[in-house]
Parts: sequence; structure tokens; C-alpha cells
Amino acid sequence: MLNGLTPGAEIDGFTLGDHVHGGAMSTLFRVTKPGLVCPLIMKVPRVGPKEPREAIIAFETEAMIVPTLKGPHVPAFVASGALEQTPYLVTEWVDGRNLEDMLAGGPLAPAEVARIGAALADGLHSLHQQDVVHLDVKPENVILREDGTAVFIDFGFAHHARYPDLLAEETRFGVGSAAYVSPEQLLGTREDRRSDLFALGVVLYEMATGKFAFGEPDADVRNRFWIEPVPPSALAPDMPPWMQEIILRCLEPRSDLRYQSAAHVAFDLRHPEQVQLTERAAKARRTGIVAHIQRFLRARAEHGARLRSPGVLLSRTPIILVAIDTAHLDDERHPAIRFAVSQLLTFSKEFRLICLTVIPPLATALDHLVRLRTWVSPLGLPSQRLTLHAVESASPAEVIADFARHNNVDMVVLGAPSEGGKAWSQSVASTVTAKVRCSVHVVRLKRR
Amino acid sequence: MLTALFADVHSNLPALQACLRHARERAADRFVFLGDLVGYGPDPAEVLDVVVGIEGAIVVKGNHDEAIEVEPKTRELNDLAYAVIVWTREALPAHQRQYLSSLPLVVKETDVCFVHSSASRPERWEYVEDAAAAQRSMEAAGTPYVFSGHVHNQALYFKTPAGKTASFRPTPGSPVPVPRRRSWLAIVGSVGQPRDGNPKAAYALFDDVAETLTFFRIPYDHLATASRIQAAGLPTMLAERLLRGD
Repeated sequence: MLNGLTPGAEIDGFTLGDHVHGGAMSTLFRVTKPGLVCPLIMKVPRVGPKEPREAIIAFETEAMIVPTLKGPHVPAFVASGALEQTPYLVTEWVDGRNLEDMLAGGPLAPAEVARIGAALADGLHSLHQQDVVHLDVKPENVILREDGTAVFIDFGFAHHARYPDLLAEETRFGVGSAAYVSPEQLLGTREDRRSDLFALGVVLYEMATGKFAFGEPDADVRNRFWIEPVPPSALAPDMPPWMQEIILRCLEPRSDLRYQSAAHVAFDLRHPEQVQLTERAAKARRTGIVAHIQRFLRARAEHGARLRSPGVLLSRTPIILVAIDTAHLDDERHPAIRFAVSQLLTFSKEFRLICLTVIPPLATALDHLVRLRTWVSPLGLPSQRLTLHAVESASPAEVIADFARHNNVDMVVLGAPSEGGKAWSQSVASTVTAKVRCSVHVVRLKRR
Repeated sequence: MLTALFADVHSNLPALQACLRHARERAADRFVFLGDLVGYGPDPAEVLDVVVGIEGAIVVKGNHDEAIEVEPKTRELNDLAYAVIVWTREALPAHQRQYLSSLPLVVKETDVCFVHSSASRPERWEYVEDAAAAQRSMEAAGTPYVFSGHVHNQALYFKTPAGKTASFRPTPGSPVPVPRRRSWLAIVGSVGQPRDGNPKAAYALFDDVAETLTFFRIPYDHLATASRIQAAGLPTMLAERLLRGD
């Protein structure tokens, strides 16, 4: 057994249990420790003169990044051992199904692809918000918890914006997995979170079609600079156009043509009817040879020099939810809320605006959607930045808060209770403010 | 042990006091001054009093400190800097001038090397502004850590596993893991004359047990220093520069 470690052995108070996995870089054991009830796993890197040097660097990178990560999309950090003495990393053992195992049975139905895809995008958004780019997104590195939450494992190639990058300037390895790696990673760019969205596109493609978008992992990885993948609908005939639109947008070779935020991918996967279709959605076959040669020449011209680093900040790609009470057409707050929204939007280039109205049961949703559209039209927003929703419910605050939570909303905008209306403590605004985890902008009318 | 690292104080007393206060609140155990205590600023004698009064402080010499005693070669200091050196010579009593001339160029410990410019021929006052210069300094020092100043902007250089030297721009306030099995060279930033467009004072804290280095930017009353510069009759441009942080 590696490093003389066998089940039953003890490291820093952890007792080794079953040997779980023996990869090229590390060995995994289930472990237990008195006082810790949650199931644990220990990763021990392969260290030694004959072992690959990558193993140490990957371990070092992971041991540096995992302790900083929080939330349900990463295994909780428990302990680590110094590289000089006994290198190990102990984290929560995530109970769930490995995505690679799930895909062994063949492609998944579109609804399933959308559900899992949105969970993956949520997880990536959470990592990106914590200044981390995973850079090795693939089914093998995803575990789906019972409740559908996606957990990313293996941060050996990851990049943390506030930490020195041990893999910087590294050209021989550290470029992720061949089938999923983005074009810019091949050029040595490691700080672009849109690289994870490219890999997510390859995973979505694989989930839906059972095939790799850019061929088997042993194909020339540089092909993704110019090869256009076979449209997924040609391989999975029941794929709806909106899903092809999402997948092919993720797979754009130029990162500025992809989605700019994982939260936007999650949103589109959850709201198919709102996806703005382009020519991507309608493609039935791959572009011909002439167009491919053009793509190749364009890629060569563009990437002769290294790609510029993106410098796109998450704060510039916000999702803003505005709640409008469409039941009262003459509500004085409507123009004031519109003005507040217009001010907020001037700060960001790549935003999403969700307009939401909560209507009483049995109301006609279409009427309210028309009212919402009327409310928003003076803002003159392009339709791909905008979605409109009318939800039936007797408790608007609940609906608004749930909507914000489920869609990674960065800011909620809504009106303060009207004068003579509900007390603040009873109002929708106060309930929403208490329930959501993002910022809330409460618009109040000025009284003379 | 928590070591506070200050460089390029440049006779800026309010900036030094703000950084010292910040470091003491974080229970810094010792204080290291990486050269250029004087020059540019209005309070050389007061700054030296503070530094000499810190028990166990480690202080190395910078090119402005050296110029107090040794006439600099024309290439080494620009006219503006030289004008302030002439003024500072007058402003300092003999014992403080002597103190400056007694400072060592380099202080080396088992794991750490403190030097104002580069550990490779420190007397030449080379600017460590790129990975190649950082690599020369790290190799000459031969210690896992090199801490320096001279360049006024905060930067961190390190040897990658591939043996290359990479640079990293630290985020103030965010501890950076710096395991001692790699080589690290930190430019801790200038206390008294920041030049990156941000008027806040710069310094860093090194924790040799946790093996972390944290860079800080500390607001101080830069308006007060600027008016002291004008009151002392020093070039107005030096006051304006502190207001802009360039």
C-alpha cells in the first residue's frame, strides 16, 4: 500500500478505514476521528522520488484552496497535514452520486440535463463568488447530493484570485482534462472563470448526447479553437432548441461570446421559455469545410498572441430582481421603482433583470405580463437581458424571496409599503429583506 | 512570531504612526524597517526618534539614508530627491546622521533576508521590478524569504514548482500562504510615499509559524503630512504627490 498506509493505521488522530480510490496523484481513505460524527475522507498525495511531481503541486494547491471555500457546493474542510511531515487533506465525505457514474447509463432526458446542469451552474457560481476558478470541471469531479445540490471535488488545478498560483507559468501540465479544457486554458490563462463555463458546456453536451463535444480525450486538444461541435440536436433529436442555444453558447471558443456568469446559465436552464434563441438554436448540422477553414484562420490570427485576461468582475454581471405590484395600475411607486432600476443598471454591462409580479389566485397571468411589459418598456432594455414572470400566490413576500434565492439574485428592488398601507413590520418589503441573502433596494416616495 | 515589515517611511510621521498602531493592534512581536527612513518627507528627526525607540527593531539602510552621509552619484537620485536630502542633512542632529550611517545594508537570519533593494549587490540599489530581478535577489540571499522595499508598490514574487519565478499582486488584508519550502520575495510597499494612485500607507505582516504574509493599506492623515511639507519649505510637488498617492 502507498506510503505504507493501510486501513487501521492512524494519522494525527484519524483512523484509516477503507481504501476508496487510488488515482495517479493520490490515494483516498474513509477515516474516523473520535468527536467527529460526520463521515470523512482523507486524501494522501503520492509523494516520493518516483511519483509524479504534479501530485505534490496538485496537493499543495488543493490544501491551500479547500480550507477557504464555504457553502454546500464544496466538501467541508476538516484538517490538513504539512507537506514536509505527513501530507494529507481531510474533508467531509459527500454522500451522493458521482456524475460520471450517472452518465454510464447513457444520455439523460432534456429535463434531467436542465435540472443537473442548473445545479452545476449554481455550484460554479458559488465557487466564482469566492474568487476560485475550478479549471477541471468534468463529471468525475462532481457529486450530486440527495437533494440535487452539485458538489465539486478535486481542486488540484484550481486558481484562487487572492493566492499565488503555483501552476502559473506552468506549461507542461496543469491544463485540466483534455476533453473538457477550454481554449484559453491551453494558452496558459488560468484566471478566467468563463473557462469553467466552457467545461460546463462540454458536460451539458455529454449529458444530453452521450458524446464529447470535441471528440475523445485523445484528439488534438487544439481543435476547440476552430472545430464547431456537431449540433447536439443532431445526436439527441428530442433536444429542445433552447437547450442547444445554451450548450453552444457555453462552447463558444471566444470567452467573451459565452455566458459571462454561471448564474446566467443556471437561470436560462431553469427558465427555458425565456431563453433568447439565436442561430445557434436552429443549427441542424455542423458548418461546412469552408466555414471551418475560416474559423481556423480566425483562431490563428486571434490567438497568435496570448489571450488577454478578462478582468470581468462578478459585480458587473448582476442578476437584479424587481418586484412590481401590477394589480394597481396607478401605483405612484411604479415610476419611482423604474427610475431606481435604471440607475442601478447604468453600473453594469452584462446584467439580467427579472421582473416579477405576484398575482392573486385565479387572476389572468397574461394581463399581468402585459402590464409588466408596459412597466419595463420605457427602460429600453434588449430582450435577452430581461425576463418577465407572473406567479400566482397569496403570499407575495414568500414568492419574491424564493425567486431570489433560487436564481442567484444579487439585488432585489421593490417598493416600500404605500402610505396608509401596511405597517413596515408587516410589509412585503420587510419580510423579503429578512428572508433573502442578497441586498435589497427599497424604493420610497419622497413626500413634500 | 509576527513580524511587521515597513519600508520607505520617507520622513512621514503620521503614516508611520498609523501603520505602527495597526501592527500593534494585531500583536506584532517585532518591527523591521527595510530602508529609506528619510527623504521626501518633512519629519526625519521625529521618524528616527520613533524607530530608535522601538526595542529590538531591525533596521537596514536605504539609498536615501546613505545619501545623508555619502554624496550620491548623480544618477542615483533625481533633483527633487536630492534637494530634500540637502534639507534633511540640516534638519538632523549629528547623532541621528551617525545612526543612519551605521545601518547595515543587509540583515540575514536563518530563513529571512532583509534588504532595501536587491540582495544581489545591495550597494547598487537595483530596483526589483520584474521576475528576473527578483530571482537574482532570491538566489543571492539563499533564504526562503526576502523582504525588501525601494520599489514603492506592493508585490510578491515566488519560485514556481517548475523553477520559474512568477509575480503576484497581493490583495490587501487577505493573508497569503507562503510555505517556506518555496522561495518568496516580498516588496512590502511604501509607508510614507505610496505611488500606485492610492494615498494609503502600505506595510506587511509576516507570520513565520502560520507561514502567511498579509499586505495592508492603511489610511492616515496624508493632508497633515502634505501641509507639513509645505510649511517646511520643501518642493510643493512632494505634497501634491502624497495627496494623489503617486
